[in-house]
Amino acid sequence: MIVSVLKPGSTVYTAVLNFRGTVQALGGALEKPPYQKRPQAPVLFIKPPSTWIGDGDAIPCPRGVPQLRMGGTLAVVIGRTARQIREADALDYVRGYTIANDVSIPHDSYYRPPVKERCRDGFCPVHAKAVPLGNPDAVEIRISINGQLRATNTTAHLIRSVARLLADITEFVTLHSGDLVLVGEPENAPLASPGDVVRVELDGVGFLENTIAEEAPL
Amino acid sequence: MKHARVAYQGLLHEAAEANGGVRLEDGRTVQEHDVVWLPPVAPGAIYALGLNYADHAKELSFKAPKEPLVFLKGAGTLCGHRGSTRRPDGVTYMHYECELAVVIGSPAKNVKRADAYQYVAGYTVANDYAIRDYLENYYRPNLRVKSRDSSTPLGPWLVDREDVPNPMNSALRTSINGKVTQEGSTRDMIFDVPALIEYLSGLITLQPDDLILTGTPEGLANVQRGDEVVTEIDGLGRLVNTIL
Repeated sequence: MIVSVLKPGSTVYTAVLNFRGTVQALGGALEKPPYQKRPQAPVLFIKPPSTWIGDGDAIPCPRGVPQLRMGGTLAVVIGRTARQIREADALDYVRGYTIANDVSIPHDSYYRPPVKERCRDGFCPVHAKAVPLGNPDAVEIRISINGQLRATNTTAHLIRSVARLLADITEFVTLHSGDLVLVGEPENAPLASPGDVVRVELDGVGFLENTIAEEAPL
Repeated sequence: MKHARVAYQGLLHEAAEANGGVRLEDGRTVQEHDVVWLPPVAPGAIYALGLNYADHAKELSFKAPKEPLVFLKGAGTLCGHRGSTRRPDGVTYMHYECELAVVIGSPAKNVKRADAYQYVAGYTVANDYAIRDYLENYYRPNLRVKSRDSSTPLGPWLVDREDVPNPMNSALRTSINGKVTQEGSTRDMIFDVPALIEYLSGLITLQPDDLILTGTPEGLANVQRGDEVVTEIDGLGRLVNTIL
């Protein structure tokens, strides 16, 4: 497995609830139990190294799970140490941008950390190249299954822009060269089953393609 | 054996415990205060448990969970023995959590409880600080509470598995400025070390040097700037930290 933007020691921070459509779809639920109020800080979790796979690698579908959710999104590759940075300077700390897929077992809750749903082996395909982007907040995202377009979105719909997200994360955690920040799972992320080919395409970046496979037997 | 990573006179050393001191790679033995202590391992992933002692779950008004409550922390959250951890301005409640930390020794996938210890390299002590002011009900306990820079002291030693015949019967304690504030035993864990390895390795492949922080018993207390906080597990070591 070669994932060149990631290296030993990299950390992959992944935001959720960062597309306006995701939050709109939840409506008033975010003001009720168990959440009580809307999130204040970015909602984040970590995709550990066992989740990382490359372009073309198979995404293992755990036994007994019929379908996986394809959270194709923009990933920010950090270029230098970023600690308590300002929104106005945040993009200076970026080496480039790439494509990632926040794969998950379909689930609705954001209450407990999503290790069981989002942190399984192979659940973080990442493209091998980082490229510069003029404006990371206007990138069209297209997710296709078996050649059929299933979801379209744009980073113009982010609640926290890329720069704002980096500033808010580095308020409490230092980002290092080689760390990755996934900006969020778009709403209506499509489902895919074993055998399906998933393509996540980002304008100006390229595409990331993976096939869903049955998990190897015990 | 007890292993450490230390800096001494401008060099990093893989060191070992010898006669109460620290034996460097070149054979010299120096004293605890002569070296800078780094975390004894550099994990790719840090898995941490919430509410894994029944008394602590009750203390936080939660029922004991039916399955492990696991969250991940970033590697930048670790700091070494005798390091310092920042208490942010304006915070009202920051508490320590003395925890048994398991260091994985070989790749572990779908491991059964009965075989689990074979995948353990050894054990160390963690202090899993939390800042409750930042608690939100999204991916709770959220990273802002639990994964801040330098907020997880680890060490001093990585103690080989062979030297810890029963990690499930060790006394833990925490003291602030010499006064004991937390006491418990690893035997009171809800999900013990083999159960946690079975559970986690059933979800994801655990890799060598990955850490599992197994949760803390009751007895939390607020810490203030200048406090010396010592988290200690019998047989493993005494981990010292100062609040900045």
